[in-house]
Amino acid sequence: MGKTIIEKIIQAHSRDEAAPGKIVWMDLDIRSARDFGGPNVVKHYDQEYGDALLADKSKTFFTFDLCAPACTLKYADNQQACRDFARKHGVEVFDVDKGIGSHVLMEEGLARPGGTVVGTDSHMNILGAVGCLGQGMGDVDITFAFKTGKTWFEVPQTVKVVLRGMHSPYADPKDLTLYLCKEMGTQSLALRAAEFYGPAATSLDFAGRITLCSMITEMAGIIGFVSAEEVPAVLMPAELSDEQFSLFQADPDASYADVIEINVEGLPPQVAVPFSPNNVRPVAEVRGTRIDSGFIGSCTNGRTEDLVRAADVLNGKKVKKGVMLKCVPATRRVYQELLERGILEILFRSGAIVLNPGCGGCAEGHAGLTGKGEVQISTGNRNFSGKQGKGKTYLASPAVVAASCIRGEIVAPEEF
Amino acid sequence: MRETALRGKIWVLLDKTGKLIEDIDTDQIFHNAHLHITDISEMGPYAFGNLEGWKDFSKKCGEGDLVVAGRNFGAGSSRQQAVDCLIALKVGAVIAPSFSAIYFRNAVNSGFPVLRIPSLETLVVAGKLKTGDLVEMDVKSGQVTNLAQKLPLRAEPMSAVQVEIYMAGNVFEYGKILDEKK
Repeated sequence: MGKTIIEKIIQAHSRDEAAPGKIVWMDLDIRSARDFGGPNVVKHYDQEYGDALLADKSKTFFTFDLCAPACTLKYADNQQACRDFARKHGVEVFDVDKGIGSHVLMEEGLARPGGTVVGTDSHMNILGAVGCLGQGMGDVDITFAFKTGKTWFEVPQTVKVVLRGMHSPYADPKDLTLYLCKEMGTQSLALRAAEFYGPAATSLDFAGRITLCSMITEMAGIIGFVSAEEVPAVLMPAELSDEQFSLFQADPDASYADVIEINVEGLPPQVAVPFSPNNVRPVAEVRGTRIDSGFIGSCTNGRTEDLVRAADVLNGKKVKKGVMLKCVPATRRVYQELLERGILEILFRSGAIVLNPGCGGCAEGHAGLTGKGEVQISTGNRNFSGKQGKGKTYLASPAVVAASCIRGEIVAPEEF
Repeated sequence: MRETALRGKIWVLLDKTGKLIEDIDTDQIFHNAHLHITDISEMGPYAFGNLEGWKDFSKKCGEGDLVVAGRNFGAGSSRQQAVDCLIALKVGAVIAPSFSAIYFRNAVNSGFPVLRIPSLETLVVAGKLKTGDLVEMDVKSGQVTNLAQKLPLRAEPMSAVQVEIYMAGNVFEYGKILDEKK
């Protein structure tokens, strides 16, 4: 019997039989902790293992992205506790200047096709975008992984999701992703892995795959993979072997728990309305909703391609007076690309605030919060009540957020 | 050996319309505004502090009480505090039709019992599990009895790894046992 992508990756990292429903011990290529979760990992490690060595310091990392630089004393203390631990154990820190940890791991080639990576980030399964088994875990799990290099893992079933047709030219990967959140809710993929097929999925570039794979968490899935004959060059470190690459594709006779077909032909831009990422409607249905602020960034939409799409809409125009637009590149590398391509200037001239790279805009952190009564439109991935403050958050694509900030109300980009 | 039999009063997490609340996310269980707290003893007061209708849970909850919730409990972030805050309140267990993968792992690793009863929603609608009912269960076998209604129920039994971690206390203690076996 053939194996699905996740079964192949697990099998390559375990001596146990990687069959769906079985719990196996899995070797981890990379284990990481953020400035959230990280301090607890340090605390648990010191308490449980004291001065004992890590399983492998060269496979262990800290990534600071949540509150960067620290905006409260408590976060400053927590980050410093991680830095001290890292120094003592010889571990590399991707510090507050580097950006979102999961993205940095991809850019650095640490998360690669066929690999296994864990971190204290519930969107770590975003690594499915590069064919890597990424999993978010709590601090107890990560402490155990730091010490042993292993984790116990239940092999999930896999669902094949086949996308039929192509979305409208005004829609982008985020609209597609939001539509899938609506169609599949938190039930279809719950506790399962997904493999996406069909041209609307396989034609996605690196940034588009990141957007899609980042919201598998909101569909309650374990991880999503986009299968393809060819992978965008940016994903492929030169030294990657054919064997590693083969893990990125399912066997032809793999067995699936379910096959879901979704028609996306002509799909127009979408918006998730408060307070659930699965509460999705076409932009046309909420058109005219007044907004106070916008946010473009996050692990879902913080790539160069995302900010370019926003800049295309904003170029030569102004964010409406009284509306605040915040842009946060995912990483320092993205920031550099935006700088070199003149995108930062377009954003600046439009009146947008451009902050340093990181997770800002999603959790409490360096890009501010929403106040009571404030209505925000965001490219993030969650709009749960109270998540980003007391206001209401709508989720949309970079182009929809940019267009809405120019108009001061929710509007579709094709009107520009 | 750790006790696998638990007995406690249940809190059924219903919304204003009387429906079992689904998709309770970690920001509703332990809000991100308190993530800087690393000491478990300080986490209790924030449990369900952002869940509409249940913000005063930490004041009402007694030692050994059990929580009954809707499907996909613990959605959202990877924060261990969403488990730890319930441990801090000495909650005995959470029972739900399903849990988010990360929440489930976090609970298992901390030796905190999480039980799955797929038909829970139907049982609650039928009035077979009500807040205040005294419930007895064996977390290992999944045998559950609502003593208040003399009603036997069935939860999914723990997996082998889950039993071993639970018996050891938590995943760290379990790891030490594995080391000794080598």
